[in-house]
Amino acid sequence: MCGAPDQAVALPPGTDLTKETVLTGRVVAGGEPVGGAFVRLLDGTGEFTAEVVASPSGQFRFFAAPGTWTVRALSRAGSGQAELTADGPGVHRAEVAVA
Amino acid sequence: MSRQDVLVTADWAEKNLGTDGIVFLEVDEDTTAYDGGHLPGAVKINWTTELQDPVRRDIVDSDQFATLLSAKGVGNDDTVVLYGGNNNWFAAYAYWQFKLYGHADVKLLDGGRKKWELDGRTLTTDVVERPATTYTAKEPDNSIRAFRDEVVDAIGAKNLVDVRSPDEFSGKILAPAHLPQEQSQRPGHVPSAINIPWSKAANEDGTFKSDEDLAKLYGEEGYDADKATIAYCRIGERSSHTWVVLHELLGYADVKNYDGSWTEYGSLIGVPIELGAPEKKAS
Repeated sequence: MCGAPDQAVALPPGTDLTKETVLTGRVVAGGEPVGGAFVRLLDGTGEFTAEVVASPSGQFRFFAAPGTWTVRALSRAGSGQAELTADGPGVHRAEVAVA
Repeated sequence: MSRQDVLVTADWAEKNLGTDGIVFLEVDEDTTAYDGGHLPGAVKINWTTELQDPVRRDIVDSDQFATLLSAKGVGNDDTVVLYGGNNNWFAAYAYWQFKLYGHADVKLLDGGRKKWELDGRTLTTDVVERPATTYTAKEPDNSIRAFRDEVVDAIGAKNLVDVRSPDEFSGKILAPAHLPQEQSQRPGHVPSAINIPWSKAANEDGTFKSDEDLAKLYGEEGYDADKATIAYCRIGERSSHTWVVLHELLGYADVKNYDGSWTEYGSLIGVPIELGAPEKKAS
């Protein structure tokens, strides 16, 4: 992907990364991106916090707060989850493999 | 009301696409979702521009609602089936408005777009045109809509059900986590509110839990079935989902949706606000 723009973080104009804690990443199955997966963010107690639909290239994005989060994806290709710890504002990445 | 009066299954919907007298309407938080593919024959409603007044902060009034449905080709006698993305949040918000303006037969597609997509059912980008009608809306039934003063009066008196996520309830974050967090209002919740996130009422595929599971859930979370209820969230769409559960599925009589919700309450001068996580209930 040499030279390709970094599409992992498509943020709204004006997003202040010194204040916003952004959790972002990609849903994959067998290394290939899974578009249209339903991606939910669970808080440190496992409680639902938000849900988004992954982009055609499997990307998702949440605005959260520092802490420990679980990102869980559900798709026709299966389900899977990943843990993510955000130690402060800025962009934090995770990849979620579904099977 | 019973479950059969309120919900239709994806199988039922698939069999009834194109049936005269049944109109499918899609309402999404992401107002572009419909354009990428929708149920065959379904008509789009844009909640930001069509279910809200374009100037004042308010839902559309009965005349605006009638004009909208006339233009969409919905008749007073039609069965309206609403569905949408994000676990039917905005479809539930539209459902509540259809009830508010007295539409006789309105239902929700259980699971909405999510279950439809997970099932791999047909979506199309075909343009849908329906001939205009002359729709008549009733005056609003404000027995299902709460305004801000009622919410203040309900503190310690009614069930105040805050259906936002625990982190929004406690004040850690100000909006659901797929939205930017910078907001003008104060964080927190209405004092005496109980926090029963809307998501507890839904299965992972977006369908509603069984009536038995729902009754058990609210019982365990401190909901008093003998009291009147006001449900709220941030802008009134997730609380519409819970309003459907409490008023339509479980059949509790006096349940109101506070559509002003936290973006209004958290901006009011002088009203009490509580911060922090809910008290742990004895198990």
